[in-house]
Amino acid sequence: MIKLTVNGRAHEADVEGEMPLLWVLRDVLDIKGPKFGCGIAQCGACTVLLDGAPVRSCSVPVAAIAGKKVTTVEGLEVNGHLHPVQQAWLDHEVPQCGYCQGGQMLTAVALLRHNPKPSDADIDAAMTNICRCGTYARIRTAVHAAAASSQSKRA
Amino acid sequence: MSAAGIGQSVTRQEDARFLSGRGRYVGDINLPNQARAIVLRSPHAHALIRSIDTAVASAMPGVLGVFTASDLGTDLGTTAVAFKRTRPDGSPMFWRAYPGLAKEAVHHVGDPVAFVVAESIDLAKDAAEQVQVDYAALPAVGDIELALRPGAPAAWQDCPDNVSHVHELGNRAATDAAFAAAAHVVRRRYRVSRVHAQYMEPRCALGSYDPIDGRFTLYCDAQQPHRVRDILAREVFRIPSGRIRVVGVDIGGGFGGKGPQVLEFRLLLWAARKLGRPVKWVSERSESLLFDEHGRDNLHEAEIALDADGRFLALRSHWVANVGAYVSSDRNIQATFQNTPGLVGVYDFPVGHVRFTCVLTNTPSLAPYRGAGRPEASYVIERLIDDAALETGIDRVELRRRNIIGPEQLPKITALGYHYDCGEFERCMDEALGIADWSGFETRRQAAKARGRLRGIGLSNPIERAAAPGMEFAELRFDARGRVTALMGSKNHGQGHETAFKQVLATHLGLAAADIDYVDGDTDRVAFGVGTFGSRSAATAGTALVIAAGKIIEKARRIAAHRLEAGEADIQFAAGVFRIAGTDRSITLKDVAAIAFLPEQLPAGTEPGLFENGMFSPEDNTYPYGSHVCEVEIDPETGALEIVRYVVADDVGTQINPLLVKGQIHGGIGQGGGQVLKERVLYDPDNAQLLTGSFMDYAMPRADDFCAIEVSSIVVPTARNPLGVKGAGEAGAVGAVPALMNAIIDALSPLGVQQFEMPATPDRIWRAINEAGWTRAQGAPVA
Repeated sequence: MIKLTVNGRAHEADVEGEMPLLWVLRDVLDIKGPKFGCGIAQCGACTVLLDGAPVRSCSVPVAAIAGKKVTTVEGLEVNGHLHPVQQAWLDHEVPQCGYCQGGQMLTAVALLRHNPKPSDADIDAAMTNICRCGTYARIRTAVHAAAASSQSKRA
Repeated sequence: MSAAGIGQSVTRQEDARFLSGRGRYVGDINLPNQARAIVLRSPHAHALIRSIDTAVASAMPGVLGVFTASDLGTDLGTTAVAFKRTRPDGSPMFWRAYPGLAKEAVHHVGDPVAFVVAESIDLAKDAAEQVQVDYAALPAVGDIELALRPGAPAAWQDCPDNVSHVHELGNRAATDAAFAAAAHVVRRRYRVSRVHAQYMEPRCALGSYDPIDGRFTLYCDAQQPHRVRDILAREVFRIPSGRIRVVGVDIGGGFGGKGPQVLEFRLLLWAARKLGRPVKWVSERSESLLFDEHGRDNLHEAEIALDADGRFLALRSHWVANVGAYVSSDRNIQATFQNTPGLVGVYDFPVGHVRFTCVLTNTPSLAPYRGAGRPEASYVIERLIDDAALETGIDRVELRRRNIIGPEQLPKITALGYHYDCGEFERCMDEALGIADWSGFETRRQAAKARGRLRGIGLSNPIERAAAPGMEFAELRFDARGRVTALMGSKNHGQGHETAFKQVLATHLGLAAADIDYVDGDTDRVAFGVGTFGSRSAATAGTALVIAAGKIIEKARRIAAHRLEAGEADIQFAAGVFRIAGTDRSITLKDVAAIAFLPEQLPAGTEPGLFENGMFSPEDNTYPYGSHVCEVEIDPETGALEIVRYVVADDVGTQINPLLVKGQIHGGIGQGGGQVLKERVLYDPDNAQLLTGSFMDYAMPRADDFCAIEVSSIVVPTARNPLGVKGAGEAGAVGAVPALMNAIIDALSPLGVQQFEMPATPDRIWRAINEAGWTRAQGAPVA
């Protein structure tokens, strides 16, 4: 039995320790925000935060996260209020098909946590997730907008 | 009630669910008691199957079935080609549809051989490893040029020359005559690489069968759900289409690649019926590269004839397409003919002639991918004009200007048969050149040179066929509370249809987005549909919606007149309100809808209820066009390339939502640019093994590959649909492929590099620079 905390809730999962976190979240805990894209940590659709740091959950065995807090895109909203990154994504109409955007936003949240005023180059270096719809330009704009909003300064 | 109508840049209705992780994609859906399936695929590019032994695999715990061609028997039909073309000797074209599972031979790596269903994906994979297939390997060929060489391996043993079929377009005799009389003839060879649509959501489906009513249900990620249903019903299972329900939910990208004839869909449904359990299949990325239909992959031998003043006299080209091993339907050859008249671009060619040779190789089928022949056509003409400019010494903008079709020449039927209706091509080009400060470029080139960098600028004037003739459907169902459900035959897969179509209803019915429920993708709910591809949905489904809305107004006006005790002719409708002209007496459409369900309050002879639908098929294509200006810098020491500026001026006709349009343009440039910069599906020349089987080998464009994209619009509405929209889905890709390559070659041409094939990876650029450097007589190649 593996214990893990996801979006503030404690869970137990009766799975093998080597099972990738992505599939524990999706298939065992029914948390569907993280998506499968490539299975080799290249695309980032499966990105979640582990104690605030972005990881590619398709390539993290669930046994490796003991005691750590997992945040998925479902955990970004607080008390029904969008996270500033979500709000910026909404305001700047970032998503197209939407599939990768949970991972994109979580990566942006982590970036802004340690770099509250990132440059374009900082954003490009941190945002390595693939978006096939080509929303990169709007992602850049939205990260700047989230950085600028006073809420994100508090976040 | 304020409703955001046509033309407003409102943000999307869809985004709230995507941004909170509540988007629902097929992979997110599970059914009780579902089993999991995987496809066992051929490791050989070409081989005979001597035998398949499934005994060990079938007996493994948790395995529900290991199915091969012999299990399928004759249960499943196959799809067919409708365009019957011929081979060079006049014999019928060579085509073979995918059978359900390979029986006697496999014809590319990834060709499906067995279908394994088990209690879990892991058990299914373990079982698949125990299936014993005895193959006798045959020589294979994966590349178009190798396939056409004398003595090349045959992709099919019964088609030794690898030519599936040939055809032609235009006027050969007149074109040849024009070439014979030309002052200049410029000939070039261009190669457009094979790429994969790489939707972030790999293909997936979940099928079930209800033995009580004898119906299949298929959840799948398809751009054309009704066509999926119809192909499965008519061609595969040979049952009435009402016996299959196809449900499309959110789709994680399609770009043309999520077509209707998907092989796994039929296997899933067949197995679900046989096993009496729902069966789910989710492709993995490597599987996707092995078996999904691929895009592009063609070779062009193109020639342009000019007079002494640089006026275009004729275009002649040979389009050689790699159509893969299986040609299962027209879809697999569509990109080789349907959009190819774009070869003459926005230019006034008196005549043109194109030969097409469709070549079989041991690779997956070809299918439309964002543009589907349009980017290739645009690439050939826009590259060829740049090369003609270099060869004749005429400035490349001036050469385009001398030959561009003027608005006074429209409507015009081009040399290759497109019927351009409207547009201001030169104005569009000037708009892009102006924003991009084209005339100031030499200063920037010199400044870059001083920094040790090679700077280049490229221009393209793409035009494409969009919203082609073909039906689309919309239905409006009001309820007694005045709320409406819009049911659309198109299928959103990221474009923002829900938002755009609600804007259409805001304008035409005065309804707020919150009063509208939006449905697409479910063949049980939506009575008819064709689907979303070819930049068609705004023009076709949007117009169907306008037609349905018109019928709603017509009926509601009668009810409103009765209620207001006025003549119908005196009732005006605007912004959701019926009003007696010149008075303040009015009733809202929502209130009229409520009355529509109260028979006693209706005028005599009026049928109760308020449900209407609309069907629309345009009489001719629309022709969105644009001008792209791209500026790049290359570090000659490393070959690293940076796109430093990208400007687009575009005319996609009326814009329902400019924010959505810009997003589509960005995305098209991302994909077109990705192809030029790094993407490529590559096969081993010796054995047609896939060399780019994952995101480790198939390089995908990422954030740091692109600068901001500046999009400026000019709007010349088309009269080919009442909305005036031309379509925006493919435009970005069509322009980006040539604009970016033209910029790269402009940057490299001072070193003598005038021919360079995609992908422009740093390694390949570096080699080109160095090869050019060593062959030049004087000095170092580096600025």
